[in-house]
Amino acid sequence: MILKRPFFWITMAVTAAFMLLPWRGNNVEMRETLILIAVAIILASNLNLMIGYTGYVNFGNIVFFGLGGYAGLYLVTGRGWPLIGAALAAGVAVSIFALLLGLAILRLRGAYFALATIGVLEAVRAFVSNFEPWGRSAGMYVTFDVYQPLGGPMKALWTTYFLVTGVMGLSLLLSLGIKTSKFGLGLFAIRENEDAAVVLGVNTALYKAIVYSASAFLPAVAGALIFFKNGMIEPEQAFDLTLSIEAIVMIMLGGQGTVAGSAVGAGLYEQLRGYLLTQPTLSNFHLVIAGALLLIIVLFAPLGLIGWTHRWRPMRRMLE
Amino acid sequence: MSAILQGRDVSKRFGGLLAVSELSFEVGQGEILGLIGPNGAGKTTLFNVINGVYKPNTGEITLAGRNITGSPPNKLAHLGLARTHQIPQPLNEMTVLDNVIAGACFGREYLRLLPAEKVALETLQYVGLAERSHVLAKHLTLPGKKRLEVARALAAKPKLLLLDEVLAGLNPTEVGQMVELIRDIRKQGVSIIIIEHLMHAIMTVSDRVMVLNFGMKIAEGRPDEVVRDPAVVEAYLGSADIADQLREGQ
Amino acid sequence: MSGVLASIIDGVLVGAVYGLAAMGLSLIWGVMDVINLTHGAMIALGMFGVYLLFTSLHVMPYLLLLPVLAGGFLVGVVIYWIAVHRVLGRSQLATLLSTFAVNMMVIGIGTTLWSTSPYNVNYSIPGITMGRYTFTGNHIAAAVAAVVIAACLQLFLYRTRLGKAIRAVTDNRDAAELMGISAAAVLTVAFGIGIALAAASGGLVATLFPFTILSGGVYELKSFVVTVLAGLGKPAGALVAGVLLGLLEGAITPFIAVSWIPAIEFGLFVAVLVLFPRGLFGRTG
Repeated sequence: MILKRPFFWITMAVTAAFMLLPWRGNNVEMRETLILIAVAIILASNLNLMIGYTGYVNFGNIVFFGLGGYAGLYLVTGRGWPLIGAALAAGVAVSIFALLLGLAILRLRGAYFALATIGVLEAVRAFVSNFEPWGRSAGMYVTFDVYQPLGGPMKALWTTYFLVTGVMGLSLLLSLGIKTSKFGLGLFAIRENEDAAVVLGVNTALYKAIVYSASAFLPAVAGALIFFKNGMIEPEQAFDLTLSIEAIVMIMLGGQGTVAGSAVGAGLYEQLRGYLLTQPTLSNFHLVIAGALLLIIVLFAPLGLIGWTHRWRPMRRMLE
Repeated sequence: MSAILQGRDVSKRFGGLLAVSELSFEVGQGEILGLIGPNGAGKTTLFNVINGVYKPNTGEITLAGRNITGSPPNKLAHLGLARTHQIPQPLNEMTVLDNVIAGACFGREYLRLLPAEKVALETLQYVGLAERSHVLAKHLTLPGKKRLEVARALAAKPKLLLLDEVLAGLNPTEVGQMVELIRDIRKQGVSIIIIEHLMHAIMTVSDRVMVLNFGMKIAEGRPDEVVRDPAVVEAYLGSADIADQLREGQ
Repeated sequence: MSGVLASIIDGVLVGAVYGLAAMGLSLIWGVMDVINLTHGAMIALGMFGVYLLFTSLHVMPYLLLLPVLAGGFLVGVVIYWIAVHRVLGRSQLATLLSTFAVNMMVIGIGTTLWSTSPYNVNYSIPGITMGRYTFTGNHIAAAVAAVVIAACLQLFLYRTRLGKAIRAVTDNRDAAELMGISAAAVLTVAFGIGIALAAASGGLVATLFPFTILSGGVYELKSFVVTVLAGLGKPAGALVAGVLLGLLEGAITPFIAVSWIPAIEFGLFVAVLVLFPRGLFGRTG
């Protein structure tokens, strides 16, 4: 069963490494770099459930992260909830939202679905920008006392980091779990030929709604954690279409449908992005480079890097 | 012999076109019913209606006594109805084995992955695709894909199997093999409706034949009866006289 | 004349420009089933095109639409060959991604060149005053220009050989090829025209409002709303739907804060996609 899969142990090892390495040396810089990678992996691997497994490209995927951030921050600052409870509640609320939304828009296929997800992202952003209880276009800020229950800002940063890393591990395990399950088989069938899948007996409407909802949960939890750590949230950053597309680039870079692929793609891309953003002349160029990368991948290597290695079977079993 | 499938006054309309017109039909348990008719007669549409892909405009369909009119295809798969497509619809980027496992997982028995794999391997052995289990479905030849369609349908352990032109594009040897397979499937207790244009094959394999033209039933009965029916001859050849002339000319 | 009516009329005028923008998107979508996500960037380039030409040549902006149309056409041809041609046979999604990639590159370069500060084309035409309300001359001129360009497009599509070839390829590409029409040539031209229209609409927007490199996005999203409302491939329908959208905006603005309009428009967009897959007027093919 799942424990036999080498990838399970690789995930545990990587998650442990993420947690231990910066902690041991109290290395804040490493922690800050790794947290960005962890978020990228969370976004990419959950998005991969829709794109790689089910074949539905969710262009507006960042909406879950943003809504999770807003819900979480609202519960913590406005209602005084503890962090973990708020993050989980945000995750559940956003998943329910996704389920209901999915029932409506998952009837659309291909590019129409993709466009609808962009529409949803933009509609949510526009709505939140006008929504009084969430600070409208100025957003929400925390006061430092929210970090007290966690032992002060310094400790809170570490705690949030561990939680985010945990969510990363869970995301990878979720991907693996679904891929090796009957539910996953049904999703692949939908991806390959949705009409044939229905005839075979797959309840496609239900499966799509479930995976869409599931793909929203962990990103929403992560959103709550990250924006708590950042101490503020505003609509422009929370619902940034570019971030959404970058998640897609990560998946395509790594190879769609593969668990390791999204992780590798996320890691690589995040490194590239981090590098570009720190170069003063190149900071706007990160958009150009991302675009060029996406274009090259779409034109010449649509299977991505890991997809390529699928040609060699022994490696395949390891990397899933 | 009780009927596994019954249809009464079934119609299907697409805008101005009446593709199936008040059709009543019956398939007995363990029977092979041949469904023939010129192109555009409504045969595949009828399959799509039985199968749940289309909802009929009028009429009622029952499967083993249970009303299935308008039920979605996935529900019918659980009730024991399986079908193959005129143009094979493999799950391309998945292996042959995974394709058939999918059939077993989501079919009548709704198996879990491990037992489904067992059933899939047996089924592949049965149809003769076992050596190609790990080939990606898209790399199969046309006869291979047709066999895969059949294997996938069989893995679902159906009570009723709808075969849509499963012989088209096969060479004579392959046709012979597929016909043998079909006979064997019936021996396992599966009822079959088969759409075919290959007259010789369908006449030899069917117990009864139903002929459609313009969405209506124009004849029904044993193969040897149907083949002599003037309405049938006219539908295929244009006029009953031509058939007489051809016969006289022999 | 009531304030609401004046607002509506103004909305109709601006709506003609929305319609022009949408026509480019709808044409490309209809002819080759490509959802052109460079649309916003091209609108922005049209804005900057008119701005740069105006500030250096000091010619009436409406005349500058001609070079902008030509420039837009050329840019369109280039983009077609780089990002669209190779990917055409594959899923719609592939062209969605490839055109989005080009969009990212253009916006990235544009931001580097022009940052995100607002620019303005300082040119005004005296307006028409009716009672208490004045209709800005620029709005009227823009609407007229949009309708003229749209009419030219219709003439082109229905009265010229190339235009008919485009319509043939829209209807049935294989059949058109069998009749000797070079699909590649037709698709290139159609894409070029689509971009030219986007650029021209951007040029008109530049005469109406201040803009930044990112403003194209707003009009791109309006174009999508208009295109799904109208259904695909019928540019004439896009113009009408654009006017309707402008009318809707004009009817709403006196009552609701402007910041709510994007939320309403996107909600409308998703609703129309889900409820009216064929658009309000039906879709070709």
